[in-house]
Amino acid sequence: MDKLIEIKDLRVDFALRAGTVQAVRDVSLTINKGERLGIVGESGAGKSVLGFSLINLISKPGKITGGEIIFNGHDISKYTYEQMREIRGHHISMIFQDPMMTLNPVLTIGTQMKETILAHMDVSEKEAEAICLDKLHKVYIPSPEKRLKQYPHEFSGGMRQRIVIAISLLTSPQLIIADEPTTALDVTIQAEIMDLLLELCETENMGLILITHDLAVVSEVTQRIAVLYAGKVVELGPAQEIISNPKHPYTKGLIAALPQMAGGKKRLNQIPGMMPSLLDMPKGCPFEPRCTVSLGKCKTEIPALACLDGGTQAACFMCEGGK
Amino acid sequence: MTAILEIRDVDKHFDISGSFIDQLRISHGKLNRKKTVVKAVNNITLDVQAGETLAVVGESGCGKSTLARTVMRLYRPNKGEILYKGERIDNLSSAKMRPYRTRMQMVFQDPYASLNPRMTVRQILEEPVRFHNPGLSRAEVHDKVAEVMTQVGVDPAWATNYPHEFSGGQRQRISIARALVVDPEFIAADEPIAALDVSIQAQILNLLMDAQEERGLTYLFISHDLSVVEHISNRVAVMYLGCVCELATAKELFSNPKHPYTQALLSAIPKLGGEAGNHIRLSGDVPTPINLPTGCVFHGRCPHADERCMREIPMQRTLDNGTIVACHGVEEGRI
Repeated sequence: MDKLIEIKDLRVDFALRAGTVQAVRDVSLTINKGERLGIVGESGAGKSVLGFSLINLISKPGKITGGEIIFNGHDISKYTYEQMREIRGHHISMIFQDPMMTLNPVLTIGTQMKETILAHMDVSEKEAEAICLDKLHKVYIPSPEKRLKQYPHEFSGGMRQRIVIAISLLTSPQLIIADEPTTALDVTIQAEIMDLLLELCETENMGLILITHDLAVVSEVTQRIAVLYAGKVVELGPAQEIISNPKHPYTKGLIAALPQMAGGKKRLNQIPGMMPSLLDMPKGCPFEPRCTVSLGKCKTEIPALACLDGGTQAACFMCEGGK
Repeated sequence: MTAILEIRDVDKHFDISGSFIDQLRISHGKLNRKKTVVKAVNNITLDVQAGETLAVVGESGCGKSTLARTVMRLYRPNKGEILYKGERIDNLSSAKMRPYRTRMQMVFQDPYASLNPRMTVRQILEEPVRFHNPGLSRAEVHDKVAEVMTQVGVDPAWATNYPHEFSGGQRQRISIARALVVDPEFIAADEPIAALDVSIQAQILNLLMDAQEERGLTYLFISHDLSVVEHISNRVAVMYLGCVCELATAKELFSNPKHPYTQALLSAIPKLGGEAGNHIRLSGDVPTPINLPTGCVFHGRCPHADERCMREIPMQRTLDNGTIVACHGVEEGRI
């Protein structure tokens, strides 16, 4: 399969007065053309920073301090701001969490959509409008001609997110990065949006990076899952395998902590403690202080991702030993 | 079992029409005064049994939080009665309501907004104890706070810290401690875990269940997360646009949902290892609670709606298995 984007040993640091925060630490991931990858983690795990860093949207004091992002054969992590504008919103587009914050409240939907097209493509205003209508149609917005003239506040939350998706589709990108696209929405709307994203990725053969904290959502939509903890990928593998046969203690704990349907009223498995502060990381494995099966060397050495059976990779000394 | 809390035909409407001038409209050449009313809760009847967890689920805007706040008398209902252990509380003055405040407590959704940032944890927790038990000595108050802090898993040594020094999960523990510190019988928890991470959610849910076991608490648990609700509750009420459309035991509701809205809601939950694309798709969006639809509030999005649903409001019927459903289709045996 053709590689769409290849992330090699990416590091993102935030130089704060209190010290340097390593939000993303040596992350390597590959996404093939038309593939859907889920990035799962708790708040502060660095999943959004990772997503933002791919299209250089990190704001100061954050900075990519190492690694490469190979997209279509070029290392886009070294691109200047101007060069990046060619890629961003054109070949790679992004869907953000809150559709009310993403859309400009004082411009009509049509103006905002046409702006994106005219910035990236050499088409007339008329042609741009035709593209808008086509994409609005694709995301099932009824009577798109009328809707183009309306403002964001005239749409419901689910409709707004569908418009944001339509905007991200305008330039027929090869990759969409969706950062918690349904967190602000209700569960019935979430199902609608996820079904829509899945359908669009399949019909348009787009790659998708779905960033979320919800394991159940990624397991339904993506083919592969990367579990992020304290800026590191701790487990990576096929979605079904990670859900049914998690290897890393953190993934195991995360899945066990989910209230299962048809589980009845009983105590949940909880992971003790909380994620370490990124300013004060443990020397060894970042999960060691919360881990129930830690070994002596977990305290001093950082485990690397190692291939295991079932096609998964996990960064854990216990898994390496075959346990 | 006896009902600790009875809600009888309660309505809560909010007038959002603004000032007198804002209410004036010109229509057909005449000046009219028109009020805009949000009908958040409409004709709800529910019993909460002593010692149980009754969950109220629904999408945003369905009135579930308004219901909890009305029960707690943070809002006064427009119509209907609320009885606590057989005594009416909906018409009490705030002074008369005070003894009930120690028995009924509330935990709010956002632990960042519900703790005063200028008070230390000790001040936050001691204030309700002192207020409700003026006779207690300093040492007794101190012990009480330390005891509850230990119970919720916050080290009493941190009592001199301010809320911003704690993580979200710990803050939610502190706000649960604030509810527990006056030894209540009943707690209304309004989305207590919605703002927390998955691994922290499990900790807080376990804490709530442990506290219930130790203290024999009764919960009114408001949530939009159905898998959480299934886990913690004995009975579940499903709300849509201010109305209860189904009320059943958690087991019955999740294995055998009757109301078309409940069915759609359940099918929309993402499942671990499940497949996307086989959700029941509801057409359209939730209507606004300003202009409620005629007839069944759900008819506009219901795949089974017929002419009767558009015209007539369905009454709540109790089925053989004890489930209460308000749906013409179920009543007629169509669904």
